[in-house]
Amino acid sequence: MLYREAGQFKATYAEDSQIFPIRQDKIGFWVLMLVFGVAVPLLTNEYWLKAILIPVLIFSLAAIGLNILTGYAGQLSLGSAAFMAVGAFAAYNFILRIEGMPFLVALVLAGLTAAAVGILFGLPSLRIKGFYLAVATLAAQFFIVWALVKFPWFSNNSSSGVVTAQDVTILGYTFATPEAKYVLTFLIVSFMALLAKNMVRSSTGRAWMAVRDMDVAAQVIGFRLMRTKLLAFAVSSFYCGVAGALYAYTYIGTVEPEGFNLDLSFKILFMIIIGGVGSIMGSFLGAAFIVLLPIFLDNVVPVIFGDSLGAGFVSNFQLIVFGGLIIFFLIVEPHGLARLWQIAKEKLRLWPFPH
Amino acid sequence: MARQIGDVIVDLQNISLRFGGVKALTDISFNVKEHEIRSIIGPNGAGKSSMLNVINGVYHPQEGQIFFKGALRKKMEPHEAAEQGIARTFQNIALFKGMTVLDNIMTGRNLKMKCNFLQHALYWGAAQKEEIAHRIKVEEVIEFLEIQDIRKTPVGRLPYGLQKRVELARALAAEPHILLLDEPMAGMNVEEKQDMCRFILDVNDHYGTTIVLIEHDMGVVMDISDRVVVLDYGKKIGDGEPDEVKNNPDVIKAYLGTTH
Repeated sequence: MLYREAGQFKATYAEDSQIFPIRQDKIGFWVLMLVFGVAVPLLTNEYWLKAILIPVLIFSLAAIGLNILTGYAGQLSLGSAAFMAVGAFAAYNFILRIEGMPFLVALVLAGLTAAAVGILFGLPSLRIKGFYLAVATLAAQFFIVWALVKFPWFSNNSSSGVVTAQDVTILGYTFATPEAKYVLTFLIVSFMALLAKNMVRSSTGRAWMAVRDMDVAAQVIGFRLMRTKLLAFAVSSFYCGVAGALYAYTYIGTVEPEGFNLDLSFKILFMIIIGGVGSIMGSFLGAAFIVLLPIFLDNVVPVIFGDSLGAGFVSNFQLIVFGGLIIFFLIVEPHGLARLWQIAKEKLRLWPFPH
Repeated sequence: MARQIGDVIVDLQNISLRFGGVKALTDISFNVKEHEIRSIIGPNGAGKSSMLNVINGVYHPQEGQIFFKGALRKKMEPHEAAEQGIARTFQNIALFKGMTVLDNIMTGRNLKMKCNFLQHALYWGAAQKEEIAHRIKVEEVIEFLEIQDIRKTPVGRLPYGLQKRVELARALAAEPHILLLDEPMAGMNVEEKQDMCRFILDVNDHYGTTIVLIEHDMGVVMDISDRVVVLDYGKKIGDGEPDEVKNNPDVIKAYLGTTH
C-alpha cells in the first residue's frame, strides 16, 4: 500500500525524465546511499569491508563496464578481466614512473589507457558479430595477460610479475584503513554509476541500444555503426580499467597478470547475466550475488551436510550451483535480478489487487 | 488541396542492381517530385524494396545515376542519406525492441542532437536542455499519430498495427524531406489501414513531406497516390497516374496473366 505514485504529477519533461520519477524510489535510493556510505563503514568490521563490500563495489563497476558493451550495445565480450589488468598495471606504472602523480589522475589515465586498448580490440566488431566477436575478445584476454607477463617493464622488472600497489594518497591524506578505502571506492563507484546511468538514458545510450536491437535500422536513421560501437568499447573498457585499478589499489594490494584470467572475465559475464543484462542496477545486484553466494555456500553447506564432505566438495558444489543458476536465469529470466525487482515493484503498485 | 507538387527531387536514371548473378533491378529510371505521393507497386520479388534500399543508400547499384535535389549522388551510406533528410520504415518492423516507444521515437532525432557522450554522462546544462527540447518535438509527433497512451510502453509488447505506427513516428521525428514507406499497411485490418492512410495523407498535407510508398493494397494505392511506378522482375513496366497505370496492358498482364 505504501508504494503508490498516486498524487505525484509531472508537470515538466525534466520531472518526467528523472532517474527515479517515483518519490518512494528516490527516498529508498537516498536511504541506501546513507546506509552504505555512512552507516556501513562506521558499524561493520574489517572482514565485511575487505572481503565483501569493497570487492562487491569493484566488481559492480566492472560489471557496469561489461553491461555497457554487452547489455546496452549488444557486443559480446570475454575480455573484461584483461581490460581490468590494463587499468591496474597502467595505474601502477603512472604512479611509479611519474613523480607526484595524484591518485585520481592516475585512475583516470588508467581508464583512458584501457579505453585505448579497448578501441583497438573493438575494431573487429565492425566486421563480426555475436560468437565470432566473443572469440576476438578472447584473443584480447589472452594477448594482454601474455604481454604483461612477457615484458617485465610493465611490472617494473619484478621477478615474479607481482606488483605491490603504492599507497593511495589524495591531497596528502593516505587511505590506509579498510574504512577509508571503502569510502573512497564507494564514492568513485557511485559517481561512475551515475555517469553510466546518464549516458544510457540519453542519446548515447539510445544509439547503443539501437545498434544492439537492429543495426540496419540504426544506420538508416543516422547512427554511425563504427563510431557507436567503438564508443561502447572505449567507455566499457574505461570502466573496466578503473575497476582494475581499484582492484589493485583498494582491494587486494598486490596483483599479478595471471590474476586477471579468463575465469574472472567469465565471472563478470555471469554477474551481468544474473544481475540483469542492460541494467545499471542489475550490475550491482549481480556483483553482490556472485561475491556473496560462495561465502553463503561455504557457511551453509557444512551445516547441512556436516563436515564429512571435505573442502573439495564445497568448492565443486559452488560450481554446480553457479552453472545451475546461469542456466536457470537464461531460461526463466534472461533479464536477471533487475527484472525480477521491476516485476516485484509492478506487483507492489497494484497490491492487494491482482490487476 | 493545399500542397503543390514541386520540382523533381529524386531522379533515378538507368539503375541496375545485381547480387552476384541475380539481377534485382535492370535499367530502371523514374523520378519523384517534391510533395507528391509516389507509389511503387509490383508482384512479389519485383524489386520494390531493393528500389527503396537504393534510394537511401543501403544498396549501391552497379550502374546508373541518382540525382538528389539536382545534385549527382555518389556512393552514399545510409547515415548520409539520413542526414540529407531521407527517412524510411521497413517491411518487417525494424523497431528497437528493447526500448520504450518514447525512446524509439527519440532515436529518430539523433542527427539533430549535438551533445557528445561526456555531456550526456554529466546530464547537466546543455545535455539536459537538448534532451527536453527534442522531447517536445517528439511529443508533437506522438500527438500527431495519436499514441500518447503508449509512450512509456516497451515496443515489444505492442500489437502489430501500433508498432507500424510507432515506426512511422520514429521516421517522422527526423523531420524528413522524403519518407520511404515499405508496405506500411501490410497485415492490417480495415480500420488500421484507414488510420494509416489518414496519417500518410496528413503527413503529406501538413508537413509537405514527399512520400515514396510500396503497397500491395491496390485500392489504397490508386486512391492516395499521385503517380505510380510498376515493377516486375526488376524491370519497369508502367509509370504514370493511377488511372493510366490501371489500364496499362503490361501491368494487367503482370498482375493477372494473359490468355495464351
